[in-house]
Amino acid sequence: MLNRIADMGRYGVQVIESLGSATLLFANSLMWGGPGSAGFADLVRQIFSVGVRSLSIIAVAGFFVGMVLGLQGYTILVDFGSEAALGTLVSLTLLRELGPVVTALLFAGRAGSALTAEIGLMKATEQLSAMEMMGVDPLKRVITPRLWAGIISMPILALIFSTVGIWGGAFVAVDMLGIDDGAYWGNMQAAVEFYNDVAKGIFKSFVFGWVVTWIAVYQGYASIPTSEGIGKATTQTVVVSSLAVLGLDFVLTAVMFGGV
Amino acid sequence: MGKRTVEFSVGVFMVLGMIALVLMALRVSGLSMDDAADTYTVRARFDNLGGLNERAKVSMAGVTIGRVTKIYLDDKWYSAVVEMEINKSMSTLSKDTSAAILTAGLLGEKYVGLSVGAEEEYLKDGDWIEDTQSALVLEELIGRFLFSKAKE
Amino acid sequence: MATDQPYVSVRNLTFSRGDRLIYNNLSVDFPRGKVTAIMGPSGTGKTTLLRLIGGQLTPDSGTIVVDGQEIGKLRRQQLFELRKQKMGMLFQTGALFTDLSVFDNVAFPLRVHTSLPESVIRDLVLMKLEAVGLRGARDLNPAELSGGMARRVALARSIAMDPELIMYDEPFTGLDPISMGMIVKLIRGLNSALGLTSLLVSHDVEESCSIADYLCLVSGGRVIGFGTPEELLNEGSDEVRQFLRGDPDGPVPFHYPAPDYRQDILSGGR
Repeated sequence: MLNRIADMGRYGVQVIESLGSATLLFANSLMWGGPGSAGFADLVRQIFSVGVRSLSIIAVAGFFVGMVLGLQGYTILVDFGSEAALGTLVSLTLLRELGPVVTALLFAGRAGSALTAEIGLMKATEQLSAMEMMGVDPLKRVITPRLWAGIISMPILALIFSTVGIWGGAFVAVDMLGIDDGAYWGNMQAAVEFYNDVAKGIFKSFVFGWVVTWIAVYQGYASIPTSEGIGKATTQTVVVSSLAVLGLDFVLTAVMFGGV
Repeated sequence: MGKRTVEFSVGVFMVLGMIALVLMALRVSGLSMDDAADTYTVRARFDNLGGLNERAKVSMAGVTIGRVTKIYLDDKWYSAVVEMEINKSMSTLSKDTSAAILTAGLLGEKYVGLSVGAEEEYLKDGDWIEDTQSALVLEELIGRFLFSKAKE
Repeated sequence: MATDQPYVSVRNLTFSRGDRLIYNNLSVDFPRGKVTAIMGPSGTGKTTLLRLIGGQLTPDSGTIVVDGQEIGKLRRQQLFELRKQKMGMLFQTGALFTDLSVFDNVAFPLRVHTSLPESVIRDLVLMKLEAVGLRGARDLNPAELSGGMARRVALARSIAMDPELIMYDEPFTGLDPISMGMIVKLIRGLNSALGLTSLLVSHDVEESCSIADYLCLVSGGRVIGFGTPEELLNEGSDEVRQFLRGDPDGPVPFHYPAPDYRQDILSGGR
C-alpha cells in the first residue's frame, strides 16, 4: 500500500519534471536568434517535411469525412424533411470541430511521430551533441524551425481539410443525393459566419498545431537515445498529443462556443 | 529532393492555404466585404423573446438586413430590450416600422422580422421601434386554445 | 598565456550520475600541443570527462579551465563562443548530419559561423577533405560511407574552424586495421601540422601508445597513472601495468566479488 502511494508520488514528480523541462524547451526554442540559429531556408525545408508531406493524407481524409458527413446527415435530416440544411450541418461540423480536431490527430500521427523519430535519431547518433560542440545551439538550429513549421502548417492543413470536406459533402449531397445546389450552398452561407465559425476554427487549429508540435519535439529531444527509447517516444507523442488535442478541444469549445 | 522543388512545393502549399481561406470567406460563409462597419443600431422592446439569441438574423421580407447584437432586461419595465444592427444600405426604414419575433420553419431558429410602415420619417441610429410583437410561445398558445374550448 | 601552461586543467572534479559517483576529487592537467590519451577500463566515464571539458555536462564540484577560461563560470553564449573558436570534437559514430552530403557536412560550421563567400568556403572544404584523403567523396551521402570514411569526414568537419583543442571519443572502436591505421596517422599528423592539443579517449593500448605523448589512466573515479607510455610501462603501479599489458588477473581481479566458491556450490541453493 505504502509502495503504491510512493509509486504514485514518483509518477507525479516525473510528470511535473517533464512539464517543467518541456516548458523550458519551449521558451528557449520559440524565439529565433542565438548561436548558429536556423535561417528562413530551414523554416521552408521544415514546412515542406511537416506540412507539404502531410497534405495528401489530409486532403484525402477530408474528402472522405465530408462525404460521410453528407450521407449520415442526409439520413437524419430527411426524416424531418429538412435535408436542405445539409450544407449547414456539414460546414459547421467541419469548421468548428472535425476540421481542426481530425487534422490535428492525423497531423500527430503523420508529422508528429516523424518529428519525434527524426530528433530522437539525431540525438542517438550524437548529431545534436556534435552541433553543441561546434558552438551551434541545437535548440535554435533544430527545434525552432520545426516548432514554427508545425505552428504555421497546421492551420493551413485544417483549412484545406475543411474546404475539401465541404466540397466532398457537396459532391454527395448535390451530385449523388440530388439536393438542390442552391439550397446546399445558400443555407450554408446563411448559417456560417466568418468570424464566429471560420476564424474560431482556425484559432483552434493554431492551438492544436502548437501543442502537437511542441509535444513531438519535446518527446524527441528528451527521448532515451536508443532504438527502443525512440520507439517509445514516438508512441508517446501520438498518445499524449492526441489526448491533449481532444482535451483542449473541449476547453476551447466551452470557452468559444459554449456561452452562446 | 532538390532545393527548388522544396521551395516551390512550400509555395504551392501556402497558396493552397490562401485559396482555402478565400473559399471559406466568400463561398462558405458568404462574407461580403462591405457589411462589417457600415451599420446603425436600433432598439426594440418585447414582452417575451421566446428563445431569440444574440447574433440572430434581422430580416425584412425574408432578406437578411442585419443582426441582433445585444439582449438585456430593462429593470424598470421588466421587458426585454433587443439591440440590432441594420446595414446602412437599408437606411430608409420608416419610423413606424414594426418588429416581430418569428420562427424559421416550425422548429427552426428565432429571428426578428421587420415590416415596413407608412411614415415619411426614417429610423436613425439609436431610435426605438415602438410597434413590436412578441414571440409565439407554444405553451401559451395551447393554454389559450384549451381555455377557449372549455368555454364552449 | 605562457606555452608551458597546461591547455586543459581539471581541479578537484567531482561528478556523479544518479547515485553513481563517477569522478571523486579528480585533478589532472593536459599539456598544450601534445596528444594525451585518456585510458581506462570500460564504464569509468572517460567519455564523460570529454563532455565535462566541453561543457555539455556540469560537474557537481571542482573547476575545469580550458585555455585560461573556467568552463563552469561561462554564460551560455560565451560557452558556445569558446566551443566555436577553440574546440573540436570527434564523436565515436562520427555524428555526421544525415540529411547533408559530405561536402555540406564539412561546410556546415563554416556556413553557420562565418559569412565567407561560397567560393572561399568551397576551397576551405576541399582543403579539409584533402587532408583526410576524401576530396573525391564530397558528393556522397553519409549513408554511403564506411565507418572509417565517416569518421574521417567527421574529422575534417571538426577541424573546419581550425580549433586549438580537439577531442577524440573512441576513434579506433569498430574499425578495420586499414581504417584504424589511417585514423592513427591522421591524428598524429594533424597534431604536429596544426599544433593542436589533442585529447584521446580509448582503450586500445597499442594504438594509443603509438601516437600519444602522454597517457592518463583513469580507474574508479581517479587518475591512477599519468606519464609517457614508457614511464608508465616501466614505473607505473601494478594496476597500471596490468591494464597496459592486458593481464587477465591482477590488482583488478578476474572474479567479480562473490562468496567463497566451495561454500557457494555446497550450499545447494539454500
